[in-house]
Amino acid sequence: MGEALRLENVHKSFGKIEVLKGIDLAVRQHEVVCLIGASGSGKSTMLRCINLLEPIDQGRVMIEGQEITASGVDVNRVRRRIGIVFQAFNLFPHMTVIRNITLAPTQAQKVSSAEAERRGVELLSRFGLADKASDYPDRLSGGQQQRVAIVRALAMEPDIMLLDEVTSALDPELVAEVLNVIRELAASGMTMVIATHEMGFARDIGNRICFLDEGVILEEGPPDKILSEPEQPRTRQFLQSIIEAGRM
Amino acid sequence: MLIALISTVVFFAVIWWIVVHSSGWPEVKQAFFNGKQFRESLPGIAKAFLVNVRLFLIAEVFILILALFIAVLRSLPGPVFFPIRALAIVYTDLFRGIPTILVIYTLGFGAPALQLQGVPTSPFFWAVVSLVLVYSAYVAEVYRAGIESVHPSQVAAARSLGLSRWQSMRFVILPQAIRRVIPPLLNDFIGLQKDTALVASIGVVEAFRQAQIDSAATFNFTPFLATALLFVAFTIPLARFTDWLILRDRRRRQTGAAL
Repeated sequence: MGEALRLENVHKSFGKIEVLKGIDLAVRQHEVVCLIGASGSGKSTMLRCINLLEPIDQGRVMIEGQEITASGVDVNRVRRRIGIVFQAFNLFPHMTVIRNITLAPTQAQKVSSAEAERRGVELLSRFGLADKASDYPDRLSGGQQQRVAIVRALAMEPDIMLLDEVTSALDPELVAEVLNVIRELAASGMTMVIATHEMGFARDIGNRICFLDEGVILEEGPPDKILSEPEQPRTRQFLQSIIEAGRM
Repeated sequence: MLIALISTVVFFAVIWWIVVHSSGWPEVKQAFFNGKQFRESLPGIAKAFLVNVRLFLIAEVFILILALFIAVLRSLPGPVFFPIRALAIVYTDLFRGIPTILVIYTLGFGAPALQLQGVPTSPFFWAVVSLVLVYSAYVAEVYRAGIESVHPSQVAAARSLGLSRWQSMRFVILPQAIRRVIPPLLNDFIGLQKDTALVASIGVVEAFRQAQIDSAATFNFTPFLATALLFVAFTIPLARFTDWLILRDRRRRQTGAAL
């Protein structure tokens, strides 16, 4: 299987604070990698750097062997291949659900609006949202909004999906519907990098788990190994705190 | 409700009593509230007032466009666009700082004197130009406040989908920003409508100038009262419309939050 994504020695600072201190990661095609770690460990920043929403200070990021952090790369073109879903949904509140979904395909990819709409409705039906097409986002529940956000990213037919704590802002009873959508995506072979606090979900869905601590990947491996027999004391400590909080 | 009514009536009755019992009242009444003068001057002033309305409508269209352009320029990020941002800042600082009447005077008398080929010399033209220059500076600031009120996560979402900076601005930021600033925009419209009276200073015969002419001919100030009433009749509906929009917006957000 080919390589979908590679990060080499990625560094990122905000002012004087270095958030990423040399991240190395290679993701195979169809692989699902889960990022775990405390808040502030750099999970979100890492995803934003892959999507080029944050310029990196050092190192490089490659998609299918092609460096996307090189100068002169068309960032808009790169971003169309990488979907990202945010913790707070970030739907466009002034547009209906279907318009949220068709905006980027029609404007950035120049797909005809009829075709974009057809594809949008198809995706909405696939995730049980067909009846919400003409609603405005604030009429939907958090779980529905997040599913729409996932559909919006999928409408660009990306090669990779990045999910940034997509269930953290949801009421507990709405988490499952969103996780099910992600499970379906994984089953369909989508390459994904998922930052999450849902350890059970990470164990289920991840081919690999990376534990981030203070801007580096401290430990990585198969879910059972990382979650049950971690080698690093910091990983054990983190998992212990999760267990104590009743989240695992 | 009843107390409010009584207190209002008493308050105005007292003021009325003080005014009509002042020693100068008969003369003031004759000079400002002369029914005959009012009836005679009103048609002419109303006709001249159409010039104010025309000034307002023409200037407003250009202001809305130019101000939006300036606001967008000012929100361009990064060091490359610094000169453009600086230019936009200098523009808004300058035209918000100079009294409107000075701009009208300078352009109204100065620009035609240059006798440039193909450039109109009519005072009306330069009156419009002056109002557009001054009010665009204010309205640009209103737009900018709206643009900055849109959360950065909206830009992140738009850019992450592969939309360009300009596409994000056009489809995501501006529609949300403009919706939010409609009430303050209307507020500036009201200010503009009033300031159309300032162009009397360069010889455009609008309502205020017409009132001056009438008053000079009759030595009576009632025409100014007629002019004031016309302005109020125009701006009050605009003000109530603004209030209604603000109220509707608040209600909409409240229902939105309750869902």
